[in-house]
Amino acid sequence: MLEIENLHVRAGDKEILRGLSLKVAAGEIHVILGPNGSGKSTLMNAILGHPKYEVTDGKIFFEGDDLTALKTFERARRGIFLSFQNPEEIPGITVENMLRTSKQAVTGDKIKILQFHKELLALMKELQINPEYAGRYMNVGFSGGEKKRNEILQLLTLNPKLALLDETDSGLDVDAVEIVSSGVAKFHNEKNSCVIITHNAQILKHLPVTHAHILLNGRIVKSGGAELVGEVSERGYAQFEVTP
Amino acid sequence: MKNYIADIERALYDVRDADKSIYKSDAGLTEEIIRDISKRKNDPPWMLDFRLKSLETYRTIDLPTWGPDITALNMDEIVTYVKPNAAQVNDWSQVPDEIKNTFDRLGIPAAEKKSLAGVGAQYDSEVVYHSVQKRLTDLGVVYTDMETALIEHEDIVREYFMTLVPPKDHKFAALHGAVWSGGSFVYVPEGVDVKIPLQSYFRLNAAGAGQFEHTLIIVEPNAKLHFIEGCSAPRYNVTNLHAGCVELFVKDGARLRYSTIENWSRNMMNLNTKRALVERDGLVEWVSGSFGSHVSMLYPCSVLHGDGARCEFTGVTFAGKGQNLDTGAIVVHAAPNTSANINTRTISKSGGAATYRSAVKVTKNAPHAKCSVNCESLMLDDESRSDTLPVMDIEGDEADIGHEAKIGRISEEAVFYLMARGISEDEARAMIVRGFVEPIAKELPLEYAVEMNNLISLELEGQL
Ligand SMILES: Nc1ncnc2c1ncn2[C@@H]1O[C@H](COP(=O)(O)OP(=O)(O)OP(=O)(O)O)[C@@H](O)[C@H]1O
Ligand SMILES: [Mg+2]
Repeated sequence: MLEIENLHVRAGDKEILRGLSLKVAAGEIHVILGPNGSGKSTLMNAILGHPKYEVTDGKIFFEGDDLTALKTFERARRGIFLSFQNPEEIPGITVENMLRTSKQAVTGDKIKILQFHKELLALMKELQINPEYAGRYMNVGFSGGEKKRNEILQLLTLNPKLALLDETDSGLDVDAVEIVSSGVAKFHNEKNSCVIITHNAQILKHLPVTHAHILLNGRIVKSGGAELVGEVSERGYAQFEVTP
Repeated sequence: MKNYIADIERALYDVRDADKSIYKSDAGLTEEIIRDISKRKNDPPWMLDFRLKSLETYRTIDLPTWGPDITALNMDEIVTYVKPNAAQVNDWSQVPDEIKNTFDRLGIPAAEKKSLAGVGAQYDSEVVYHSVQKRLTDLGVVYTDMETALIEHEDIVREYFMTLVPPKDHKFAALHGAVWSGGSFVYVPEGVDVKIPLQSYFRLNAAGAGQFEHTLIIVEPNAKLHFIEGCSAPRYNVTNLHAGCVELFVKDGARLRYSTIENWSRNMMNLNTKRALVERDGLVEWVSGSFGSHVSMLYPCSVLHGDGARCEFTGVTFAGKGQNLDTGAIVVHAAPNTSANINTRTISKSGGAATYRSAVKVTKNAPHAKCSVNCESLMLDDESRSDTLPVMDIEGDEADIGHEAKIGRISEEAVFYLMARGISEDEARAMIVRGFVEPIAKELPLEYAVEMNNLISLELEGQL
């Protein structure tokens, strides 16, 4: 589904990713672990074509197609979704309006307003989001945890092929992690994939993680199975340091 | 970067009718012209006097030395009175075809059927259509053109006319006093709730002309009214002038909402004066959209004159290429426990300049005054300009004054966020702009809110 080859990414005058490769097949759940500032969010942004992150070398393929020339919204329409580490506040656009517009853009179908409203409320109930939030402006005045739940609401509404989750579990209370984790479990099936960035592994509880990677200094320095997650939480990243 | 938010779509407003006026005064401003206008309008003698005194006053006042440059305005070239070839009627089928077609295009007769209790339509200097539901006249509500009011309710007009905006107020108030023509008169008796809005629409068709309509509204104690004012003109390459005057009297416990969408063409100098006098526990709500004109200077003023009087001002201004729109609000707290809320959004693009200018005065007779100002500006590109110039003059004790101003650009991170949800770049930017004005849009009458969203439409090519 996703294939990244020797990716080099620069932001400002700093090279952040320095030859990163990653392969994610349908049905898989990958976890990416790495210390602060190692380039995890940069990778997510690069996959979606953020204009501030310049790909200087390497390629990203999605379902066999090179993404390089595609704009962010075209990548999203192909089925890539990012749950943002810091979701933006957008005054004046309600959650419902934004989600309906997105759903229409992604599916290309005309959305029936009433039916969409019902489905949205049902999902909000599952994620224990107050239904009033459908009429609130996107993320404006939301608490950190509410923003993250709102990202999962978008994930379930848009139902992409590839879900990139950037620290969706940070800043959540115990119960909220549980809700978000089951939200992702509900989304996942053998046809779609997840790439999950996390610092605390709580979110992985209900998820059949297939792969884990350690990202250090812009490269993946070790890949393995779910057991890597435990190793990191016990012993930290020092063991993986390699001299460049 | 290219512009992705289209300029206001003007095609609808730009259709010019051939000039078929039956009389036009000479260009310029002389006593003869004033006497002639007055005679043609069958003014009572006191009104002729008033006009002549205003003309004198006009000659003694200089142009304002602040604000946008209006030196392009040459009064010697402006035709102050243009009488259309149409008598005033109360049946659209009797309005001459060409004029009726214009108002049809602007959606006035359709809106009248659907959502208005009365309509006035002015074409150049005279009102060509006026109608009000019988239900309202039965309740004692008066809604007519100013000329009719001057005949049928002369005493009321005489008591109020230009007392709130006296001709000596500024140069264009004096000009207005001298050459005013047309406009609407509304009288709502005590306790009457006019549940459905009234709307007056002002269309200036003649090139090089001025429009000087006078709107006088009196809402008696505990009565309620929503009045909508619309205006537009086709584009010419000579300067047109609009110097209307609006006087609103809101009595004890009365409520008046005054909504305006101004869509003048880009050759218009819009130097309009609007003022409300609000008595005890009364409320005036201004909703003001400024989209057109070459230059606008417009600062609706609320004088909170009675204990507990309130004012809500909600405004949006969109300045595109070649436009300099200087808009805002004035509030005078002149009694205890008065409160005001000012909330504005301005947008500038393609080299347009938008200035928010306000003045809040709290006199020493106004303890416990409360005023909050929130003005936000959005510049869509690097050539455009935006300014906020709020002035506060506080004499009263224990005033509670809040002010918040923001000038910004579209957040690229917000654009990325929307694009990451599959929304195209153009649509993302348009959504953000619409979101920016949303607090205002939701105050507008529905058709106008839809119109405003259409106005902020987008160019589809949209390449960065
Ligand atoms: N737009 C940018 N311009 C300049 N430097 C940037 C930019 N974005 C990220 N960086 C730098 O690149 C490095 C990697 O940042 P990134 O956000 O990818 O880290 P991360 O692994 O997601 O960290 P965290 O765990 O704290 O979220 C950091 O040193 C950061 O300061
Ligand atoms: Mg990060």
